[in-house]
Amino acid sequence: MTIAPERTTTTAPPTEVPAGAPGPAIGRAVDRVDGLAKATGTARFSAEYPIPGLTHAVLVHAPIARGRITALDTTVAEAHPGVVLVLTHHNAPRLTPPPARMNPMDLSTMAAGSTIPFLNTDEVHVDGQPVAAVVAETLEAAQYAASLVRVEYLEVTPTGDFDAELGNSTPVRSMPVMPPTGGKRGDARAAYGRSPVQVDLAFSTPQHNHNALEPHATTAEWDGDRLTVYEGCQNIDWTQKYLAKRFGISAGDVHVVAKFVGGAFGGKSKVWAATLIACMAAKVAQRPVRLALTREGVYRTVGGRTPTRQRVAIGASASGHMEALIHEVTSRKGRVGGEADQVVACSLDLYDAATILAEQRIVELDLMPNTAMRAPGEAQGSFAVESAVDELAVVLGLDPVDLRLRNQPGERSPVHGTRYSHRRLAQTLERGRDLFGWADRPAPGTRDGKDLVGWGVAAAIHPSWEFIANVQLTVDATGGVTLACAFHEMGMGTATVVGQMVADCLDVPLERVTAVYGDSDLPMGPGAGGSGQTASLAASIERACRAMRKRLDSLSDRVGMPDGSDPGEVLSRAGEGSLTVEVGADSGPRATWGQVRFLSKMVLDSRRWMKAATGAHFCEVRVDADTGELRVTRWTSVFDVGRVVNPKTTHSQLRGGIVMGLGLAMGEETLIDTRSARIMNPSLAEYHVPVHADVPHLDIHTLDDPDPQMPLGILGAGEVGIVGVGAAVANAVRHATGRRVTDLPLTLDRIVG
Amino acid sequence: MRPVSYAVPASVDEALAAIADLPGAKFLGGGTNLVDLMREGIEAPDVLVDVTRLPLAEITETADGGLRIGSGVRNTDLAAHPLLRGRYPVVAQAVVMGASGQIRNMATVGGNLLQRTRCLYFYDQAAACNKRERGAGCDAAAGHNRMGAILGASEHCVAVHPSDLAVALVLLDAQVEVVSRSGTRTISVGDFHRLPGQTPDVDTTLAADELVTAVLLPPEPLALRSRYRKVRDRASYAFALVSVAAALEVRDDSVTQVRVALGGVAHKPWRATVLEEQLTGRSATDEEFERAARAELAQAVGGPDTEFKIGLAVRTITATLRRLRDEGGAA
Ligand SMILES: Cc1cc2nc3c(=O)[nH]c(=O)nc-3n(C[C@H](O)[C@H](O)[C@H](O)COP(=O)(O)OP(=O)(O)OC[C@H]3O[C@@H](n4cnc5c(N)ncnc54)[C@H](O)[C@@H]3O)c2cc1C
Repeated sequence: MTIAPERTTTTAPPTEVPAGAPGPAIGRAVDRVDGLAKATGTARFSAEYPIPGLTHAVLVHAPIARGRITALDTTVAEAHPGVVLVLTHHNAPRLTPPPARMNPMDLSTMAAGSTIPFLNTDEVHVDGQPVAAVVAETLEAAQYAASLVRVEYLEVTPTGDFDAELGNSTPVRSMPVMPPTGGKRGDARAAYGRSPVQVDLAFSTPQHNHNALEPHATTAEWDGDRLTVYEGCQNIDWTQKYLAKRFGISAGDVHVVAKFVGGAFGGKSKVWAATLIACMAAKVAQRPVRLALTREGVYRTVGGRTPTRQRVAIGASASGHMEALIHEVTSRKGRVGGEADQVVACSLDLYDAATILAEQRIVELDLMPNTAMRAPGEAQGSFAVESAVDELAVVLGLDPVDLRLRNQPGERSPVHGTRYSHRRLAQTLERGRDLFGWADRPAPGTRDGKDLVGWGVAAAIHPSWEFIANVQLTVDATGGVTLACAFHEMGMGTATVVGQMVADCLDVPLERVTAVYGDSDLPMGPGAGGSGQTASLAASIERACRAMRKRLDSLSDRVGMPDGSDPGEVLSRAGEGSLTVEVGADSGPRATWGQVRFLSKMVLDSRRWMKAATGAHFCEVRVDADTGELRVTRWTSVFDVGRVVNPKTTHSQLRGGIVMGLGLAMGEETLIDTRSARIMNPSLAEYHVPVHADVPHLDIHTLDDPDPQMPLGILGAGEVGIVGVGAAVANAVRHATGRRVTDLPLTLDRIVG
Repeated sequence: MRPVSYAVPASVDEALAAIADLPGAKFLGGGTNLVDLMREGIEAPDVLVDVTRLPLAEITETADGGLRIGSGVRNTDLAAHPLLRGRYPVVAQAVVMGASGQIRNMATVGGNLLQRTRCLYFYDQAAACNKRERGAGCDAAAGHNRMGAILGASEHCVAVHPSDLAVALVLLDAQVEVVSRSGTRTISVGDFHRLPGQTPDVDTTLAADELVTAVLLPPEPLALRSRYRKVRDRASYAFALVSVAAALEVRDDSVTQVRVALGGVAHKPWRATVLEEQLTGRSATDEEFERAARAELAQAVGGPDTEFKIGLAVRTITATLRRLRDEGGAA
C-alpha cells in the first residue's frame, strides 16, 4: 500500500540553445557569474553588510487607513533595554517634502512612492503607514519595543471600495515618453454597432502585491552630511537623487550600494517609506541603521499592482476580420500617489482592427499607491483582450490561432501609424502551434477520467525601451577588460550578459571581461525596468567598444602591430598600463543636456518606430469536473525577444514571467477589507503565489531574430513572458468547461459550481 | 516578540507541574503555530514549556490491535509509519496533504490538534475578533472569509478549525489521551474540538493544565477502505476549502457501512452523521451518495464568500464515495 504523495514536478530537460549567434560569446548559454556567490551565500544583500556599531530599526504601522495621530507615547518603548531611540513625527528630521507629481525634466521624481511626508506629519493616509520606528541594539529589542509604542488616532472613514467608487473615475491622459493609456483609430463605437458578429465582455482583475524573495531592506550610515545607503533597488540613479533632494544634500553626497538585489519586479524602483526612515533614523541616532521589512511590512508600505475593471468589445465580419476593437479600463491609484498602468496598451498593437478605441479612467482611494509590477498594465489588459479574442473565435467557430493570424497588422502600428521595426508575432504563433501539436487539439469539453481537458492560446506583446547608460570601459596591459556602470543585477543575469556583449564587441575572450556594477560611484546606469536594461547597456557597450578599438588600433599602428590585435599585447608593447573609454560620462549641466538629448531622441524614435517583444503561449489545463480544481499540465511558449544574448538567462526570465503569470491566472489576489481599507492577507500563507506543484514544465522557445532598430538587436525579455498568461489559462478553461471566466484569479468556484 | 522564558521539563510530571504552577505557561510543540501567533502578538505566553523532549514520540500497537500515537510524534514520522499507512490510510493521506514538508517535520500530533484557526480576522490585531477577545465582535462575518464556516457557526464566530489530521481522526472515532495532576482521561476526538456558540475563544474541551499525551486509534477494518480528499486553492501548501475523509463498505451494491467527516467547513471537524444514517443500507449509487450529501448539507449556511462551499462539499463527498466504491481505499 502506498500513500499518494504531494504531486511533484519532474526536472525539465534543458531547453534548446538557439543558433545564429554573432560572436563566440553572444548567444552562448553562459552560467551566471554571480551563481556561485549566491549558491554559497557569499553574495551580500542590503541587510547583510556587517557595519561596526550597527543598530536595527523596526517600524510601527498605523492600523487605520485615514485619520490623525492624537496621542503618541514612546516612554515605555524607550525604557526597554537596548533601545537607542524611538523616531516619530515629533523628533524626526524635517525633510524636503516629496514632489507632488512627476517632473519629466527630472525623472528621479518618479522615485516618490507617495506624497506622504513620512514621520513629518501626524496625518495617516494609508493603512500600515509607518508612524514610528524603534531603533535598538538588537533586532529583538527593536521588535518588542515597537509593540510598546502607544499611538491613539482620530479615525476618518476611508474610501477603500474600488467598485463603489467606479462612478467617481476620471479620464487618464497619455503622457509623452510614457506608455500609452489610450488610442483611437476611426469610429470604433459606430463600427461595433454595425458589426455582424459581436463579443462584449466585462473583466476584473484584483490587486496584486510584490513578493520578491528578498523583502525590501536598507542599511543607512551617515558620515557628517554624507549618506551611504545599501539598498536593493532597481534604480540607483533615482534613489541617489531622490534621497539627496529629500535630505537637502547634493547627489554627490549620497552613495548608493546595490550590488545584489533579491528580485524586484518593479517593486524596488521607487523609494518607499522604510528607506527614508532608515536614513532619518541613522541621522538622529548617529549610528548606522538597518531596516529590513517583514513580509507584512512589504505589503503595507510598498505599492502593488492596480486592480482593474475592463470592458472589451470586438465587432467582426463573419469571416473573422475585426471591424472594431474597444477596450475600456478603470484602474485605481492612491489618494497620495500612484500612476495608471498602461492597461489598454496591448490592444493598440495586437490586432489590425479597422477601428480601435482604447480608453482608461482612474479612481483614487485611501489605499497604498500602486506601483509597477512586471508588465504593468499589459499583464492585466492582455487577460481581457486575449480572452475576448478567444471568445470571438468560439462565436465565429474559428480556430483561435487562425483568428489571430488573420488580424495581424501589416507594416505599421494600426493606431500610431509608426512602422514596426520588425514584427514576428505571427511567427511565434505559427511556431508555437507546431511545437505544441495544436492540430491535435481535443474537442471542447473532452473528458479524461474525472478531468475536463482544454487547450488555450494567447498572444503577448511588450514594448521595448531604451534608457541612458553611461559606461566606462577599461583595458589593461594584462589583457583584462573591465566594464563599469551602475546597472542592477537583480538575479536576471545582467552582470553575465554584459560580459558577453563586451567580449564580442571588443573581440576578446569572455574570460577576460569583468563587470563592475551596483554602485552610484560608477557611471550612471539605466534603471532595471521596462525590460530595457540589457538593450540600454548594449547601445553604450557597442559605442564604448568601437571607441576603444579605434584607440587600440591607433596604438597598434604606432607600435607596428596589425589592427585588431589582442588589447593586452598592444598595451604592453606600447608601454601603457591601461586605456579607458567613457560613454555618456557627462556631468553638471552637460548631464542635463545629455538627458534632454536622449529624451528627444526617444520621442523622435517613438514617432518613427514601434518596437516590441512578442510571443505566443499554448497550454493544456485539466479541470476536476466535480470540484473545479484547475491544474495547468502542459505549456509551450515561443517568443521574439530579438537577439538572445544568453539563452540560459533569457529563458529563465521568460519562464519566470510565465510562473508569475500563473500566479495572476490562478491564485494571486490581495484581499482588501473595504470597510477598513486594510490588506487582510499580507502573508505568503494566504496570498497564493504558485507553488512548484502548480507549475508544469515550461517549454520555452525564442526565435533569436535580431531587431534591426534595437542595440545589438535586443528587444528585452523581462516582461513579455507574463503578458497573455492569464488569458491562455482562461481560454483553456473555456475550452475544457465551456465557461468563460472573466474574473481573476481563476479559483475553482468560478470554474465549476 | 515579547520576552518569554523557556523550560524543558525532563518528565511528564515536571511538565504538568510547570503548566500548573508557572503563571502564563503554555506547552510548546514544534512551534509552527504557536510561535507564529506569538510573533503576531495573538498568543502571549510568559513561559514556554517545551514538550518535544518528553518520551511521547512513539507509535505503538495496542493490545486490541489499534495504534497509540504519542502526542510528540512529528507529522512527517506519523505519515511515514508503516502500521499507520497500512491500517489507516486516511490518516496518512490527511497528514501529507497538510502544510509543507518543512512544517510537517517540525509539527507534532498534539500541536496539530491544538493549532488555531487561520481566519484572517483572528490573525489581524486591527480587526475585531471574538475568538481573540470574547465580546469584541466579529469582523470576519461580513469580511473576507473564503475559509469560513458553513456548518455550526454562530453569530459570534465563523472561523473553521484548520487541521487535516483531526478530520481523519474524527472519522475513525479516535480518542485523545490527556493528563493533568488530577489524573488521566480520554476524550473522543469528536468532543475534543467544539462549536463556537457564545464562547468562540474556547477552541477545545482541553483544560489549560492538561497535556495531550497520545491519540488512540481503535482497531477498525473499515479504515482499510478510507480516503482523504482535500480541495484547496492551489495544488499544495494551502488550507482546505473543503476536505472529505470517508470510509465505505459496499456489499451486493448496497452500503453496509459508511463514515464521512468534513474539514474546512466548521469550527470543528464535522462528522456527517445525517449522511451516514441516511446512506447506510441504501444502494451505492451516485444518486444516493449525492442525496445523502445534500441531506447533510441541508443545515449549511453560506455567505457571499462561502456559499460555493455548500455545493462544493456535496460534490466532493459524492466524488469521494464514488471513488471508494469504484477503486476501494487509498492503495
Ligand atoms: C503556512 C502553514 C500552512 C499550514 N497548512 C496546514 C494544512 O494545510 N493543514 C493542516 O492541518 N495544518 C497546516 N498547518 C498547521 C500545522 O499543521 C500546525 O502548525 C502544526 O501541526 C502545529 O504543530 P506544532 O507541534 O508545531 O504546534 P505548536 O505550534 O508547538 O503548538 C500549537 C498549540 O498546541 C499546544 N500544544 C502543543 N503540544 C501540546 C500537547 N502535547 N498538549 C497540549 N497542548 C499542546 C500549544 O500550546 C499550542 O497552543 C500549516 C501551518 C503553516 C504555518
